[in-house]
Amino acid sequence: MKAAVIVFPGSNCDRDLAVAIREVSGRDPTMVWHGDSELPARLDLIAIPGGFSYGDYLRAGAMAARSRVMRAVVEAAGKGVPVLGVCNGFQVLTEAGLLPGALMRNAGLSFVCRTVGLRVENSQSIFTNSFAAGSDIVLPVAHHDGNYQADAATLERIEGEGRVALRYTGEVNGSANAIAGLLNDSGNVLGMMPHPERALEPAHGNCDGRRLFEGLLEAVA
Amino acid sequence: MKARVFVTLKPGVLDPQGRAIHHALEGLGFDGIEGVRAGKLIELELAEGTSDGDIEAMCRKLLANTVIENFTIERVAPRPGSGQA
Repeated sequence: MKAAVIVFPGSNCDRDLAVAIREVSGRDPTMVWHGDSELPARLDLIAIPGGFSYGDYLRAGAMAARSRVMRAVVEAAGKGVPVLGVCNGFQVLTEAGLLPGALMRNAGLSFVCRTVGLRVENSQSIFTNSFAAGSDIVLPVAHHDGNYQADAATLERIEGEGRVALRYTGEVNGSANAIAGLLNDSGNVLGMMPHPERALEPAHGNCDGRRLFEGLLEAVA
Repeated sequence: MKARVFVTLKPGVLDPQGRAIHHALEGLGFDGIEGVRAGKLIELELAEGTSDGDIEAMCRKLLANTVIENFTIERVAPRPGSGQA
């Protein structure tokens, strides 16, 4: 799997994501700096990491979404290259217009940092094909702005199209319809607040995150 | 010239920060508060001749997320004699 991890000033999960990709695929991803205008050719995956890009100035993900490299990411996504955004990466994807809606301050106002239960609502996507539909998994979350909101028509559309890939099984951050992971309309872009790269081996508590990367590898390689 | 951009959450969008401010004000003993919405004020120092269309484009492309936020633009006229914009 030929992968790239995008690195913004303030990203802090870029190396964890790179380790996860290397562990599962046996190949180091290319780390691409936000000021670069080109991505490596023929990528199988573009990963946008968690963190606090640009210090969350203005809105979480707002500045990163307008960075030079994101023009190349948007173009690649349009051509069908798989794009995975985790946590701040999800916020960047909504700000860049690759996913609908917005991620707002958690309803309880607190930073939430714990392991949460998730239901795999869509197991047909390239990101979730290693899970059974409707199965429950657990992954860590760590965010302050994970409260997914969209207008009623958008929520109805994404639910109807089966684009909610992951849903919280309990209250976490106030997200509309408890949405934790969302696909774009062609299914090659996934934004998710939970961190699969932090659940890679037994020492992490569980390996549900590894299964996501394994399924992705199988789908794209 | 100077312009002020006010970015506010759209009506109906839940504002947890506004709600927390509301509760804090009530905790300080202020009665009669019927609602609080928090927003942002962005002050722009602009070259003379910057058009309304340019400022609106800045709002749409970056300053506001129009999925959840509205914006209003106010041009600030220099006060005569103050020497300040």
